[in-house]
Amino acid sequence: MNQKTPRSGAKKSLITRRSAIKTIGAASALGLAPGYVRYAQAQTSEPLKLGFQLHSTGIGAAYGRWYDRTTQAAVKLINAAGGIAGRQVEIVTEDDGTDPKRGAEVVEKFASQHKVDLVFGTLFSHVVIGSAPRAGELKMPYFVVSEGYHVASGALNRYVFQPGITDVRSQVSSMAPWIAGNLGKKVTMIFPDYAFGHDHRDFFTAAIEKQGGSIAALLPIPPTETSYTKYFPQIPAETEVIYHVMVGPGVLTFVKEMGEHFGSQRPQIFGFIDSLEAVDLASPGLEFLDGTYFWEAFPRYAGANQSAEDKFYREHVGVDGNGASTADAKDISTFSHMFGCWETLYVIKQAIEASGYQGPADKAKLIEATEALTSFAAGNEHPQGDKLFDGKRHQCYGHQFISKVEGNKLNVVHKTSIEDGQYENDTDYTKQSL
Amino acid sequence: MTPALRARRILLLHGGLALLLLLCQFVLPDYHHTNFVSIMVLAVYALGYNLLVGYTGLLSLGHAMFFAAGLYGAGMGVHYFAWNPVVAFIAGAAAGLFLAVLVGLVALRTSGVAFMIVTMMFAQAAFLTTLYFNDVTHGDEGLTLTQAARSFALFGTVIDLTNPAIRYNLAWLLLAGALAVMLLVVLSPAGRVLIAIRENEERTRMLGYDVRRYKLAALGVSGLLSGAAGAAYVLFFGYVGSSFAAIPYSIYPLLWVLLGGVGTVAGPVIGTLLMFYLIEIARDYSSSYMIVVGAILLVLVLFFPKGIIGSWRARGQGWIP
Amino acid sequence: MSLGPHLLLAIMEGTVSAFVLAVTALGLSLVFGVMRIVNVAHGEFFMLGAVLAWWLTSLVPEAPFWGFMLALAVAPLLVGTIAIVADRFVLQRLNYQPEATIVATIGLLYILQQAVLSIYGPEARPVVAPINFRIVLPWFGYSGYKLVVVGAAILLLLAAWYGVTRTRFGLIMRATQFDGEIAQAFGIPVKRVYAAVFALGAMLAAAAGVLVVPLQQAHYLMGLDPLLLSFVVVIIGGLDSLKGTIVAAFIIGLSDGIISVFFSPTLAKIIATLAVALVLVFRPNGLFGGKVR
Repeated sequence: MNQKTPRSGAKKSLITRRSAIKTIGAASALGLAPGYVRYAQAQTSEPLKLGFQLHSTGIGAAYGRWYDRTTQAAVKLINAAGGIAGRQVEIVTEDDGTDPKRGAEVVEKFASQHKVDLVFGTLFSHVVIGSAPRAGELKMPYFVVSEGYHVASGALNRYVFQPGITDVRSQVSSMAPWIAGNLGKKVTMIFPDYAFGHDHRDFFTAAIEKQGGSIAALLPIPPTETSYTKYFPQIPAETEVIYHVMVGPGVLTFVKEMGEHFGSQRPQIFGFIDSLEAVDLASPGLEFLDGTYFWEAFPRYAGANQSAEDKFYREHVGVDGNGASTADAKDISTFSHMFGCWETLYVIKQAIEASGYQGPADKAKLIEATEALTSFAAGNEHPQGDKLFDGKRHQCYGHQFISKVEGNKLNVVHKTSIEDGQYENDTDYTKQSL
Repeated sequence: MTPALRARRILLLHGGLALLLLLCQFVLPDYHHTNFVSIMVLAVYALGYNLLVGYTGLLSLGHAMFFAAGLYGAGMGVHYFAWNPVVAFIAGAAAGLFLAVLVGLVALRTSGVAFMIVTMMFAQAAFLTTLYFNDVTHGDEGLTLTQAARSFALFGTVIDLTNPAIRYNLAWLLLAGALAVMLLVVLSPAGRVLIAIRENEERTRMLGYDVRRYKLAALGVSGLLSGAAGAAYVLFFGYVGSSFAAIPYSIYPLLWVLLGGVGTVAGPVIGTLLMFYLIEIARDYSSSYMIVVGAILLVLVLFFPKGIIGSWRARGQGWIP
Repeated sequence: MSLGPHLLLAIMEGTVSAFVLAVTALGLSLVFGVMRIVNVAHGEFFMLGAVLAWWLTSLVPEAPFWGFMLALAVAPLLVGTIAIVADRFVLQRLNYQPEATIVATIGLLYILQQAVLSIYGPEARPVVAPINFRIVLPWFGYSGYKLVVVGAAILLLLAAWYGVTRTRFGLIMRATQFDGEIAQAFGIPVKRVYAAVFALGAMLAAAAGVLVVPLQQAHYLMGLDPLLLSFVVVIIGGLDSLKGTIVAAFIIGLSDGIISVFFSPTLAKIIATLAVALVLVFRPNGLFGGKVR
């Protein structure tokens, strides 16, 4: 913990004096934490340190496991190909327990203890919302993989980006025309009663009304719920389509109980695959899903015309053609979300190399270089497909898929264009100061 | 020991502890510097908790509601009404006091195990309330306070609570103040009545003391300190969410106080510091770091019920308050 | 859906949760009644039952029915063993002092929960129901397995009732409950009775966990809800009244089912928790319990 490299001069005398005395007293303070490692201002030859904020435990654990595998696979490839701007990439992982309070502390720890170059990988929107302000205060670039609308809405700050996965508003907007045209116009929505679910509620309601449809009922499910049967009677009889989206450890119970309730006399059912991420479609009790539809960001089952990059991606992450782990066919991935980590890492690579980023002093350059990106081409770096990037909103936009459940598999029946998911808003983070 | 000598020793111990914490800011690396801010604020919470359990003998399993009252009282004031942080802090502390008195009026009709369960149930209801009023509290997701909202002007200078040095010294000031309050209470005649209640409630009542009022006052001050800690926490770190109102935040102060020494003034501070770093270290080794909380609770209850300062006091250091 | 079927569904759901709750809470109630201690780790025994059921059924993947029977027989035994160890090395050493015991069982809660997290992992894993059929009513369908749960819970409750009121062990237990010291004087091995009762309480919770796991999934955090609900039931039912516990389980199960259909489920939980606190303050023996000895 040799802080010889000069810091930003004597601008803040207190801090500088502290740093000086720090060197003397550090040895004693060090005894407090074994994980405390030597750090110095990153030199160009030193590895690039990326802080990975991971949901290892808590309600996001199933996603976390696969976010980790995808990230490790991508980093291995990046390092094997020479790293980023000639520097090897080192991933520093911290578990946030899927808790927004801990999320903010983890960002702090990345900045002040691990001294990472940037932080990425957060999924659950409440954790993003809890952590992002701290990232902004610490001027820490923060690349989330959460699909929440909070980035593009302008609610966060200039340091937060979501370049690897389309946001919920765009996703649901692009679904509405197909639902209204193929399934029905009177929709009952079942969604979790917090920010993520509210985005679905607000933007899908607007989108379906634009198609001449209407909402028959809204069923928000409290986050502490473990049993769902009692909610289903509230679905009005005139409902033509049930629109469901659920997250957390209870998803399988939710879908099973929906099946028990309706059996074959069901209205059309359209779900977001979130309701079944990491869940085997062949689980007993899910037979009734046959003939229902799901949104997917990235089709879990590799279809007949699988692209070369899809094959490449699955091979390196260790996922088979059914979206399960190649090591254990029962271990189902979170296929429609985890690609975001892979693609985000390649966006980070692109932005760092474009900005000439050397170390934390160049963070502003990195932010501006990221904002200057406009599109990503499909390929091994972006296996989910091509995307547009809006530098003012810090958000990317890609294609979405609608799949039908047939014989315990999901078959793609529709692919949206990027334009289908366009919406108007006037977010412009580039106006904020750095 | 003469009273003067005892007073000098008490001053030396607690003044020394406070001075040490004040000086730490000059040697701590950035990360630990921030950790110490949390520790000092949480130690105030522990002090408040200890006033009730350590000096009145009432074991609460629901103090998270008072801590959260401070967090939400101050946090929502700043977030929705753009209150000055000073006003918000006072409001947060007052919210803790108010809730404690309210709960006390009902819960203090019980004692022992029933009091533990009643406080736990009230706290659970408070936690669920933060989820139920999702529209204003944003439940799980919580509220964040902007950097701009966390600074204020005082006598012409701008005080920015996100500045590490300012934050550290204000947290220290709060802790030093809380320590002083605790010493004053504990060493006052009222404090001796509280201890008498802990030792033998019946006898104290027969001596003519209005036990209920003393208990209510102790719970009130306890809630006030917990609320003040919560308010400081949200102003320093800019985030409040329902996880602060959940069960672990009722268990933590119990753990800190047990470790440092129930019924000692300095104990909770030491306990908070040690426990914070024990959890921090455990986190580096495993995701199931909360096992440390369980293991230490068991060890303390089984083998070390007096805690650190309490055991020291038991070794012939009876002067320690 | 019209009001009639709506209410019918609410009652069916309420009945199922009432029976599961009755079994879980009975365990807590027995332990409190005989040993005069509050076991905060009770929910973790429930969770352990569910997690062990996952493990045991995964040992015989080709025969889910027998796998589940194995789980139903073995999981409670394993959990009971853990409880005996906890009793011997923790509770006995504390001399069952009520407040210290609560703190110790909080410690136990975290140890069990976090041990499961590190060994079993953070995922929610499904267990296949031993009998899977769907009941079709004119208005809606219903899980047949839920009725199996009700049947099994009734058998467990009957067995518990028989054990407490009609057997020698039940007699010894009630004698110990009535007065531990006198029981000791009459040669009853109080320590062993305590260990057995603590294990029995844990086994009831574990059995409830096994029964429920095909409906939910096994997850390391699933113990909290049954713990809080059991508190509610035991307190409203009277702290040492078996009959009260079962009646209260029905009131809570049914009212939760019905209230949360017509109002917000979160509001229903807030009301229930506050009610418990108030019952404990103003009617310390519950609404159904007898008077204090």
